[in-house]
Amino acid sequence: MSDAKKPDATRRNLVVATAVVGGAASAGAAVPFVASWFPSERAKAAGAPIEVDISKLAPGELGIFEWRGKPVWVFRRDKSMLESIKQTDAKVSDPNSEVPQQPPYAKNEYRSIKEQVMVVVGVCTHLGCSPKEKGADAKAEMGADWLGGFYCPCHGSKFDFAGRVYKGAPAPTNLEVPPHTYLSDSKILIGDDKKGA
Amino acid sequence: MSTRLTALWEWFDARMPSVKQEYKKHLAEYYAPKNFNFWYYFGSLAMFVLAIQIVSGIWLTMFYKPDATLAFGSVEYIMRDVAGGWAIRYIHSTGASAFFLVVYLHMFRAMLYGSYKTPRELIWIFGVLIYLCLMGEAFFGYLLPWGQMSYWGAQVIVNLFASVPFIGPDLAIWIRGDYVVSDATLNRFFALHVIALPLALLGLVVVHLLALHDVGSNNPDGVEIKKVKGPDGKPLDGIPFHPYYTVKDIVGVVVFLAVFCVVMFFAPEMGGYFLEYNNFVPADPLVTPAHIAPVWYFTPYYSILRAIPPLFHSQFPGVLAMGLAVLVLFFLPWLDRSPVKSIRYRGPYYKIALGVFVATFLVLGYLGTEPTTVWGQFHFDAFFLDTKEIATWVARLGTLLYFLFFILMPWYTARDSVKPVPDRVTS
Repeated sequence: MSDAKKPDATRRNLVVATAVVGGAASAGAAVPFVASWFPSERAKAAGAPIEVDISKLAPGELGIFEWRGKPVWVFRRDKSMLESIKQTDAKVSDPNSEVPQQPPYAKNEYRSIKEQVMVVVGVCTHLGCSPKEKGADAKAEMGADWLGGFYCPCHGSKFDFAGRVYKGAPAPTNLEVPPHTYLSDSKILIGDDKKGA
Repeated sequence: MSTRLTALWEWFDARMPSVKQEYKKHLAEYYAPKNFNFWYYFGSLAMFVLAIQIVSGIWLTMFYKPDATLAFGSVEYIMRDVAGGWAIRYIHSTGASAFFLVVYLHMFRAMLYGSYKTPRELIWIFGVLIYLCLMGEAFFGYLLPWGQMSYWGAQVIVNLFASVPFIGPDLAIWIRGDYVVSDATLNRFFALHVIALPLALLGLVVVHLLALHDVGSNNPDGVEIKKVKGPDGKPLDGIPFHPYYTVKDIVGVVVFLAVFCVVMFFAPEMGGYFLEYNNFVPADPLVTPAHIAPVWYFTPYYSILRAIPPLFHSQFPGVLAMGLAVLVLFFLPWLDRSPVKSIRYRGPYYKIALGVFVATFLVLGYLGTEPTTVWGQFHFDAFFLDTKEIATWVARLGTLLYFLFFILMPWYTARDSVKPVPDRVTS
């Protein structure tokens, strides 16, 4: 009380200490609130791998399966489609799949384990819309040099039959190949690449 | 009778004098410039629309169910089975568009008359925060009907966060609470839309007005009325807000309501611009609508997002540009170096720049509602043409002009020729 202008060091230290402890307590109290926004146990369980039977897929047919709420395409490509992938090398921005948008076992010409069967997440790498299949016969709509592939209606990204993105498209990378494995010739496990998992 | 009322008021006033004090400070003895024009309706109209949205919103929550399996049905229930439900919902959906229209005009007014300049920088900053809050409200609210456009619009916007380097994918999962937009996302967006952001919005409106009433309103001449005061200490060019401007603003509200009702009763969907047709289809995670566009008030920024090509296999630059396009507004008071406030006394540089900016904003807004193929393709090829879509290149030009308006502002406002500003407001 001697000098009103001079701060009392003891009181000031107490104020600082109280503020620090109070701040730490507030930060601690925020933990459950922030944590509650992460996927719940139920959401995590719903994200488990799925088994897909491909025996009924005819050549040229596209099957759509839901995994983690996303459309996964299992696509049995026919010969002309496989041929078209060779011709699009010059048109796509990442022909050799250098960007890790696929597990190592799918980093090859056709971006698949088996040549014919493509497994890919049917979600555009631009902003998450689902592209639509446009066969080689859609030249009227897609331009005379269109060799067939996929077209995203949201922002116009184009992909070839290996899910590789065309140059100049808003999508930055090729479509994502999810981890998957063959349980047998006709069964694929999507979401996990270890057999029997 | 009246003496009893007077006695009752005196009883109240003796116990809570702050009511009378605040009434005087903010209404009866708040002196506003006498030369307010048409553009000064939009501040009070924005408050009016906020009230509409809060009341209609409270009523919608009485019937709406924030559950992915029930949400779409509950909105249809409101539209078909709840007595008057269709009116309440259309009031709320039309109000959302009206809110943005009024706020855009209110912001344009500030740019016309330099209302963000010293000493009103804080008012402007609180205003931009209100605008950000409003964008959040609109975005979270748009998911709630759980239609196709709700779902895919949210998918697109949440994926913007997934493009943030390093933490992006985890951040997007954290925002969604799931690997995709799902029930968890809907539930939390509902909480943010109906309680968290409205609280923030109300608080911001309060500080926006407190800051305004501390320094006083600007006016179309951009002169400070507090500089010329009469012998009674009141600004000579000021008139009490109540009754003069309360009456004027009521006229504005009446005209506004006439237009609002026409839209609400006869064109609540506004040809797909206020309520998009795809949103009358329930959300389906496996089917993307053929054309995804945000509601009109977001389209200028959406155009900017689409215009920027990906760099280094990342779409983050576009996201960054879109964010900066909004955040740059915060710096407006310091970018403008003009010695005068109002456009009435500014020179040709600012007038041209503002005109180009408004035109750019409208063109970007239009392009954002259309697919990038809307104007066809160039009929020639060149090495620098990564895409031949004309609309994409126009959007790129627009994005450039949008940012040049701000980046070059210190230069052109400082060099502009200005006219002498009068001491008093002109009539």
